[in-house]
Amino acid sequence: MAAATDGPTPGHRSVMGEPTTDGRFGDFGGRFVPETLVAACEELEAAFREAWADPAFVAEFETTLRDYGGRPSPLTECRNLSSQLGVRLLVKREDLNHTGSHKINNVIGQALLAQRMGKTRLVAETGAGQHGVATATAAALLGMECKVYMGAVDVDRQALNVFRMRLLGSEVESVQSGSRTLKDAVNEALRDWVATVENTHYCLGSVMGPHPYPWMVRTFHHILGDEAAAQCKDLTGGDPDVVVACVGGGSNAAGIFSGFADGDARLVGVEPAGGAAVGRGVPGVVHGMTSYLMQDEVGQVMEAESISAGLDYPGVGPEHAYLAAIGRAEYPSVTDDEVVEAFTLMSRAEGIIPALECAHALAWIVRAAPDMQGQTVLMNLSGRGDKDVDQMMDVLGMHGIDS
Amino acid sequence: MNGAEASAQRAHFGALETHLRARRDTGAKLLVPYVTGGYQGWQRAVEAAAAAGADAIEIGVPFSDPVMDGPVIQQASTAALADGATPASVLEEARELDTGVPHAVMTYYNLCHHQGHERFASALLDAGVCAAILPDLPYVEAGPWLEAAAATGLEAILLAAPTTPEHRLADLCGASRGFVYAVGLLGVTGERTALARTATEIAARCLAVTDRPVLTGVGIGSPSQAVEACEVSDGVIIGSAVVRTLMSDGPEAVGELVASYRTALDHG
Repeated sequence: MAAATDGPTPGHRSVMGEPTTDGRFGDFGGRFVPETLVAACEELEAAFREAWADPAFVAEFETTLRDYGGRPSPLTECRNLSSQLGVRLLVKREDLNHTGSHKINNVIGQALLAQRMGKTRLVAETGAGQHGVATATAAALLGMECKVYMGAVDVDRQALNVFRMRLLGSEVESVQSGSRTLKDAVNEALRDWVATVENTHYCLGSVMGPHPYPWMVRTFHHILGDEAAAQCKDLTGGDPDVVVACVGGGSNAAGIFSGFADGDARLVGVEPAGGAAVGRGVPGVVHGMTSYLMQDEVGQVMEAESISAGLDYPGVGPEHAYLAAIGRAEYPSVTDDEVVEAFTLMSRAEGIIPALECAHALAWIVRAAPDMQGQTVLMNLSGRGDKDVDQMMDVLGMHGIDS
Repeated sequence: MNGAEASAQRAHFGALETHLRARRDTGAKLLVPYVTGGYQGWQRAVEAAAAAGADAIEIGVPFSDPVMDGPVIQQASTAALADGATPASVLEEARELDTGVPHAVMTYYNLCHHQGHERFASALLDAGVCAAILPDLPYVEAGPWLEAAAATGLEAILLAAPTTPEHRLADLCGASRGFVYAVGLLGVTGERTALARTATEIAARCLAVTDRPVLTGVGIGSPSQAVEACEVSDGVIIGSAVVRTLMSDGPEAVGELVASYRTALDHG
């Protein structure tokens, strides 16, 4: 297994290295939380630095991901889609991890860290439910109490994941405030943490929030980028020409980008058209960070609208804002219609039902393929689509066997 | 109105702190009610609160993601936004108020960041507001805002929390202007059945390192709790209790509620 080498190593000079001491990636990041939580963020940062420098902690993290999480995940060459699209399409199979997505990497890291810090309770936000399920799983494994906040809109469209979390022993709270989606679930989780910080760890699910979360979460996901880089080298002799991942908050993209950021590969993060935080390019401050943020003309945060609950987020992780600002990565967006086509295409061409989130990445590849003929394209298939089949049955009108 | 006239309308820098210190010097305990700006009847609620003995008024400018607020203030903010409240409309209405006591704005940092620090501070001053509270902008990130506010002449109030470490508390209290907002408990705004132990602890810690007025807010839900908090603190901020009353019983009832706190604090 590739070692998680990019910890807080002094002097590390990666494009995706350690943020500044005040948690900045360029102009982005920071620690914009109520005063009550500042000390908790500082304590978390110190604990993470200490743990990540401890070989015993890193070994426990990697062993758990191997023996329990199923790592390393394979790299699949998609021959049928490759011949259809005229590119060499390689797919990193995070959908095959335990709990069905890349999210397990981060929650195992944070849950082990929380336990090491003496915390007995986890809270989490979730959109599609993948991070909530992963957190509930880690809580069950480590014997911790767990409460997951999920927007009421998402509770309705992701009933299976709600059941999974409850089955795993977690409490799920349906969030009725604001737009009743992911951003409001984050607010509610933060409100919980403000009140329970003494015994509770906020297991944030993406590369967002106050320092050290964006950096810590990305570091826990490095393992997938490192694996992918080694697997690409074994298969093709080098880096791919293009690395593509979907971006909501941006954790799976950060994980896979981190394996290639210091090379020459083109990095592409695909946003939903209704949640294109980077694409609209207005800096703002919410959920603890300065980053690009969808907001109205006076600064009220706008509601994202996407077919995929996991990408229904008006902001983006601050390191992605930085990578966009310096021109190292690009962040195009795709429409819901393109996503539905890609979802069906991958299912039929490869026998892989992708999560709607990852279908965004494939949708962009389909659109851009004419300009990438003959190139090697690596896509992070960050999650499996089982959770989406109920919703897609309606979208595609494929109930029963006659339609 | 030309620039000179606009400036003349502005309260002088330090007006809030000067007023609160003077009131404290008379032996009074300070009472600052919070009202959600833009909520139906909010201006009359502010005037009723001032007439009932408030020492200053905190005006909420509704934000889409009020992470430090509990259900009551969230509900009022959501209703005000649905009625079309914007920072500009609330400030325009605030400008029309004539209460005889200083006004502070409470809102969230993105509205300030979006407009730009100086422009935001100037807009408040032009509306007759002399201070601002931004609960999601902690002291460690507040440097540029504190500088801009001071340069513009607005008092930037900082919050101290039960979790604020000792090594930061003195600097934080020193940098705050107007007063020091002592967060009474670990949690968001809202009434509680009893005053948290942390409420008097954090007030005492602040008072040990500053002579600036220290007001306790978050979690004070009754006149008797206000009296208990003021056994240590210089005063209290009451938010959710006021907003709940405004929403359920209208602006005149806010006057009665504030009067009950005033009486308790004066004769407690």
